Amino acid sequence: MYTYLKEICVGTWSLLVGLAITIRYFFQPVVTVQYPHQALPMPPRFRGHTELVWDEKKAGHKCIACMACQRACPSGCITILGEKGEGVKQKTTLASYKLNFTTCSLCGLCVESCPTKALDFSKEFNLAGTTKETYVYDLLKRFEEKYS
Amino acid sequence: MSVHATSHIGETFVLNLGPQHPATHGVLRIKLTMDGEYIAQAEPVLGYSHRMHEKMAENRSWHQFLPNTARMDYLHALAFNLAYVCLVERMTGIEAPERAQYIRVITTELNRIASHLVWFGAFVLDLGGFSPLLYAFDDREYILDLLENVTGSRLTYCYFRFGGVYNDIDEDFVPGVKDFIKRMRSRIPMYHSLVTKNIILVKRLKEIGPIPAEMCRKYGATGPVARGAGINFDVRKHEPYSLYSAFDFDVPVYPEGDSMARYMVRMDEILESLRIIEQAVNRLPDGSVMADKVPKSIKPPKGDCYQAVETARGSFGIRAVSDGTSTPYRMKLRSPTYSNLSLFAEASQGMLLPDALALLGSLDLVIPEIDR
Repeated sequence: MYTYLKEICVGTWSLLVGLAITIRYFFQPVVTVQYPHQALPMPPRFRGHTELVWDEKKAGHKCIACMACQRACPSGCITILGEKGEGVKQKTTLASYKLNFTTCSLCGLCVESCPTKALDFSKEFNLAGTTKETYVYDLLKRFEEKYS
Repeated sequence: MSVHATSHIGETFVLNLGPQHPATHGVLRIKLTMDGEYIAQAEPVLGYSHRMHEKMAENRSWHQFLPNTARMDYLHALAFNLAYVCLVERMTGIEAPERAQYIRVITTELNRIASHLVWFGAFVLDLGGFSPLLYAFDDREYILDLLENVTGSRLTYCYFRFGGVYNDIDEDFVPGVKDFIKRMRSRIPMYHSLVTKNIILVKRLKEIGPIPAEMCRKYGATGPVARGAGINFDVRKHEPYSLYSAFDFDVPVYPEGDSMARYMVRMDEILESLRIIEQAVNRLPDGSVMADKVPKSIKPPKGDCYQAVETARGSFGIRAVSDGTSTPYRMKLRSPTYSNLSLFAEASQGMLLPDALALLGSLDLVIPEIDR
């Protein structure tokens, strides 16, 4: 009988303690951000899809179409076409850089394997589209559009 | 004691729990043969998210398998990363610098706390309490922000590399971790008074879903499930890998074997992880985070190797066989939850359905890791 009554008292008290905690937190400042009206700054190391990097020295991208990223990619989502440049120092120049973002797992092995550091991550995370083709990026075209 | 079936009319019916049931956390289906409200037989049906990770390893290079490890256990991805990296380092003889080892320990333990917090929130949610989930996710957000600033991703990390880590921590990381330790230590007593002492939770967990030590041994259960049954086994303590032998921490063990014991083990583990992180942050050495002369193409010598690590759910092991080429010959992944779930069929016999759901929640299942 004694333990039964004690359990009722202790049990009710435990519920009241819990209620007090929730009520206390009710009057504390909000911890969430009202997205999309407010947004947090993206951390500098955020890994979005890859992007060709602008190089001041070359006044263009640094890609030499060596295919190192294409070989390093575990999901095979990079397709590079190189063409023989005439009158250029390099043997090959980049003709097209297709990134199939639908199969990319954002591991970053392409960025690491690049010998000329021509690739970097973008900060884009707000991606939406209605067709699969939206996510097959032509990085060279994007680069030319961005810096033309 | 848990209540056992008493009435036997001899009439049973089949109840499908999942694969879309909120309490099965993903795509686990349990075929229950019910005798009224009591479970006569339970049969877990697996494989809904089987992606052939073992086979995938056989047709890609050692480097290319790195992102796969994080896709198995999405809650404690860094421990899976660590297991694979430690394995390949042992096979090839590459040694990561001390600073990288410390960073690995700090980030893995932070990830373990995040994993336990998700379990805590989801478990109490299974039992019908909603608000603890929000408190847990508030704390978890701090960890995710810390890890995002360093690794660049929030869930499926691919941060460790053979011979070190991807990049060094930034200057905000150490103060951030110190702040988090302080915050988390003040939150744990709040969790205990909000949830642990709550009479409804106590009534639903205490002496419910007993898993004796014998059953754990029979099915190969590890982690908090085994420690909640009084088996003192933690890979970090008993087969130390990385730098874990250098830290002072205890292994929480509860002998009761009920759902409450497993709950308490995880809550205590959060505090022990904080202890490890605190020691590691205070002793963090300077230096490089990547070993010199890591070959671009990894070709481990012929032979095989097994590496086990302690993840948030138990002992995860990889056995890799190398034939001296740049692709693994065989990669066997031993996932902890697979063994932990196996005992559910035996443990849940004769239990009430709501009690079995409490037992299922206390096993802390991550389905992609079971299915691999």
